[in-house]
Amino acid sequence: MERIPILKLGDCLIISLQIDLHDRLALAMQDDLANMVVKTGARGVLIDISGLDMVDSFIGRILGNVATLCRVLDAETVIVGMQPAVAITLVELGVTWDNVRTALNVERGMAFLRLHLDASQAMQTAPEENHDDADAGE
Amino acid sequence: MLETDSDSLLQEWLTEQLQATTLRRDLLNEADLRRDSQTFLNALTQAVQVSPALDIDGAQWQEVKAVLAALSKNRATYGFTSSEVATFVFSLKQPLFQRIAAALKESPEKLQSELWSVTVLLDQLGLYTLEVYQRSREDIILRQRQELLELSTPVVKVWDGVVALPLIGTLDSERTQVVMESLLQRIVETESTIAIIDITGVPTVDTLVAQHLLRTVAAARLMGADCIISGIRPQIAQTIVHLGIDLSGVTTKASFADAIGLALTRSGFQVTRQVSRARTP
Repeated sequence: MERIPILKLGDCLIISLQIDLHDRLALAMQDDLANMVVKTGARGVLIDISGLDMVDSFIGRILGNVATLCRVLDAETVIVGMQPAVAITLVELGVTWDNVRTALNVERGMAFLRLHLDASQAMQTAPEENHDDADAGE
Repeated sequence: MLETDSDSLLQEWLTEQLQATTLRRDLLNEADLRRDSQTFLNALTQAVQVSPALDIDGAQWQEVKAVLAALSKNRATYGFTSSEVATFVFSLKQPLFQRIAAALKESPEKLQSELWSVTVLLDQLGLYTLEVYQRSREDIILRQRQELLELSTPVVKVWDGVVALPLIGTLDSERTQVVMESLLQRIVETESTIAIIDITGVPTVDTLVAQHLLRTVAAARLMGADCIISGIRPQIAQTIVHLGIDLSGVTTKASFADAIGLALTRSGFQVTRQVSRARTP
């Protein structure tokens, strides 16, 4: 059975959809991605859908689910490269994707992920630094 | 008879047409008229020779109809009125009738039946010409409508990564579709992250228009671009509040200038006024 390849780049995962997803393939991708995020401990996921020419409500929902799923596993998801026709279709279908980040292309999507990961890392390390400073002061 | 006497018939018909008050000399010169008339007469002669049946749906009339269709389409494009186009065919009656009357002086019954069949025939051809004329006009109107739709949604690149769409006129469903598509297409082409939709030229905003706007904003957001709606006039703002339209998820600005300012700030630019050297002490 064919599968969508998931690539690892540092602490990010990259999926590029080059063919139109059918329902089974989409579900398989959802499973694979969940497994990969857990296995690699990835912090960011980038899904490039620039090759997608058409979507139905199921695919729209699956993509939304994938993003929510990754958020639960503490990985930020960004969906990039949506074609105008796809965007119009999704809006017509009433898909909103309230919690999903989007970007125009892979470059901007990666820039966003980098920024986000750096920021969250800084947040995690910042309190410790303060603590160290306090220790040094004493 | 058409054949034997074709030259003088043509000449007489031409004179008839040229004398007519409805002739548009500004749109048509005599040489063109002569050529058109000649072509039509030739086709007509051939058709009558093949079979004198009067039903213009017959195979032998294909050529005549093609000539008339071409002529009618051509004149429709140049701005002739419908009666002017039809007169081209109808004006043939006068010279033709004179000839038939002269030829059949001896037998009044035959004369009458001949005249009747010629009238029926020319009327059919004239009506067919009108039909084609009307269809060509409709085509022209349809094309202009389409062009107007596309012209009315210019997507302007304001700055690197910022596009603007000044909307003018009322938004209906069909127009919104064109607006949406061209805006999203330009966002992809210019890789813009911010799109400003300026509605200064939209006279009224009702729930339907607001819904269309919100859908456009949602679609742009799905693609990874942010939308700013600007140019909301005081009355329109009141209407929006009155109708209870929820624009809370969308950035809105009163003027286009404010929107550009915000867009530049968001993309990390800073605009400062250069102090001229004369003013500095």
